Amino acid sequence: MSDSMLKRVVAPEQEPLVRNKNFQEVVLGYNAEMAMKEAARCLNCKNKPCVSGCPVNVKIPEFIELVAKGEFKAAYEKITETNSLPAICGRVCPQESQCEGKCIRGIKGESVAIGRLERFVADYYMENYEFSAQPVALNGKKVAVIGAGPAGLTCAGDLAKLGYKVTVFEAFHTAGGVLVYGIPEFRLPKKIVSKEIETLEKLGVEIMTDMVIGKVLSVDEIIEMGYDAVFIGSGAGLPMFMGIEGEDAVGVYSANEYLTRINLMKAYLPDYDTPIMNSKAVAVVGGGNVAMDAARCAKRLGAEHVYVIYRRGEEEMPARKEEIHHAKEEMIEFKLLTNPTRILTDERGYVSSIECVEMKLGEPDESGRRRPEVIDGSEFELEVDTVIMSLGTTPNPLIRTTTPDIETNRRGCFVVDENQKTTKENVYAGGDAVTGAATVIKAMGAGKNAAKAIDEYLNKKN
Amino acid sequence: MYKILAKRVLNDSVFSLEIEAPFIAKKVKPGQFLIVRIDEKGERVPLTVADFDSQKGSVTITVQAIGYSTKRLSQLGAGDYIADCVGPLGMPTEFGSPKRAVVIGGGVGCAIAYPQAKALNQMGVKTDVIAGFKTKDIVILEAEMRAVCDNYYITTDDGTYGEKGFVTDVLKRLSETEDYDLVIAIGPIPMMKNVCSVTREKGIKTIVSLNPIMIDGTGMCGGCRVTVGGQTKFACVDGPDFDGHLVDFDSLMKRNSLYRKEEEHICKMKGVL
Repeated sequence: MSDSMLKRVVAPEQEPLVRNKNFQEVVLGYNAEMAMKEAARCLNCKNKPCVSGCPVNVKIPEFIELVAKGEFKAAYEKITETNSLPAICGRVCPQESQCEGKCIRGIKGESVAIGRLERFVADYYMENYEFSAQPVALNGKKVAVIGAGPAGLTCAGDLAKLGYKVTVFEAFHTAGGVLVYGIPEFRLPKKIVSKEIETLEKLGVEIMTDMVIGKVLSVDEIIEMGYDAVFIGSGAGLPMFMGIEGEDAVGVYSANEYLTRINLMKAYLPDYDTPIMNSKAVAVVGGGNVAMDAARCAKRLGAEHVYVIYRRGEEEMPARKEEIHHAKEEMIEFKLLTNPTRILTDERGYVSSIECVEMKLGEPDESGRRRPEVIDGSEFELEVDTVIMSLGTTPNPLIRTTTPDIETNRRGCFVVDENQKTTKENVYAGGDAVTGAATVIKAMGAGKNAAKAIDEYLNKKN
Repeated sequence: MYKILAKRVLNDSVFSLEIEAPFIAKKVKPGQFLIVRIDEKGERVPLTVADFDSQKGSVTITVQAIGYSTKRLSQLGAGDYIADCVGPLGMPTEFGSPKRAVVIGGGVGCAIAYPQAKALNQMGVKTDVIAGFKTKDIVILEAEMRAVCDNYYITTDDGTYGEKGFVTDVLKRLSETEDYDLVIAIGPIPMMKNVCSVTREKGIKTIVSLNPIMIDGTGMCGGCRVTVGGQTKFACVDGPDFDGHLVDFDSLMKRNSLYRKEEEHICKMKGVL
């Protein structure tokens, strides 16, 4: 087999030492020629393993076949039969563990670059066509969606297409959830998110921002307002901290706060009023995608040294391989098998350094990953002025505590059945609020399931 | 967009804005706060509710023009709009069932202490108010406070009005004779800290209202974390009211100083005095 069939077409990227000083997109994406060449690598397998790896079952071989023929508009329409946010998924899905992970091409060479192709198709459509979304005839029923993140927006879009009058309640001033406050501009340009949201609004979805459900309205009050069903996609927004000494020092952020200041509140743009620390050396604690995002943002804001401190090894890092690779290229310094023990401060209470210990990996724990153990006497200090805790998040209790008749598990996640239905009549839930912190595409899959289940339920009810 | 229905200037730097926000007005209780944002490029500013009118569908905030965004807010007036008004956030004040209360306000903190005194008064609790200011020119809400309390005491640091001295001087004196079982203290951090050291000795329950740096007000950023009784709490969801005897005021003061330099810089750059 020729080498060109074994290797995928490389998508151009901004040079690492250029891009680590700006917030423009890192991966520049395929042009038409590259896309058609890459699409030609698809074997069009009969049993389509890639499709089974996709949480929303995008018709992958079919759309790729259309790309190979240069029929990009038709390819877009094929994708959007099952996925309403392709420009986003093409950028932020962990394809290597989903569709691409199952690609037969991947056995002997590199899998087909499904994500890159999806992104190309979506971008091509956005550049060349106007969204023709038209509100469909209303069926007289109203559904409320709580949270304008990936789960809520997907659920809202699917229901609107079926003729429901949908209102989305969003706590922040801008819709998008983690797509706008969490994922940085250089991985997911915000104009793409706002375009997708505009499309939903054209479909007739009403988005009410500044509405903190559980505070300004309860779920019961929403039902009393005449909504026939409610979908909760409130995410997992509460940051975890380590509980170590010095965590309250000035200069210790949660990744949520750091990223929200930068992404949602645009602290990196001089004409916005959002303040952020002007850091020289930053320690990011954690090994997930959020940690990579925080580290790469800190570098872009001008920090000379940005360390990622993670208690296990690179193999165990939950971040996508591509993100780790990009971070390394951008001069992020990895302190693996390292765990912070305390944060030291100067006389003003500002962070002056972080004390760490070295770790070694022992026997696997309940998660199947080898348990990190402290190497005695290995303490050392890293001089930093900023620490960003990126240890994961848990669901926000605001809805849970004001709606006691919805069952939650011990982690505070809503308990749902296979149709995303909670233990409360007419109320469905999905996304991180159910699973705990997971991926954009899984949340979208849940939003989709819920929309289908809500439609079936409300049809049956009549 | 949220319409400003009325503006009232209380002194040179303190003003009240009554904002049309019917959803919030229906739900809000004393002790809760709002987050306002002036426009697309603005900060999210947390401000405790100073008053509300559920019938009219309005909430009132009292603001001291002290930083960049509050100075910009001060330039707005009736008929203007702000981009965002979120709330009601935080937990309402838990008054319990006191018999004898004293509400202490320091400077602009009097604006937030006012709804507390009003609520206690409506509950039928015999309530005194001690209001402290730096100087006579900045005294606010004296008539309003007098209308909702049994005894009103006022101090100024320089003696230009009322008693010369601090609120704690009055508190010490009154607590010799009065049988207070609830103190609510709202004002600058050092004032709340000092009130707490007076009441701690005497074992009087003391509620303070904190206003740390935060973004979302829903528990998401964790920026507002304060140490209370050795535990980390988020002022936005667990507070903003806390048992003053358990709050680590020193660490709060340090955390609140974080953006002071940036604040001065942006004020100079953008020409807001």
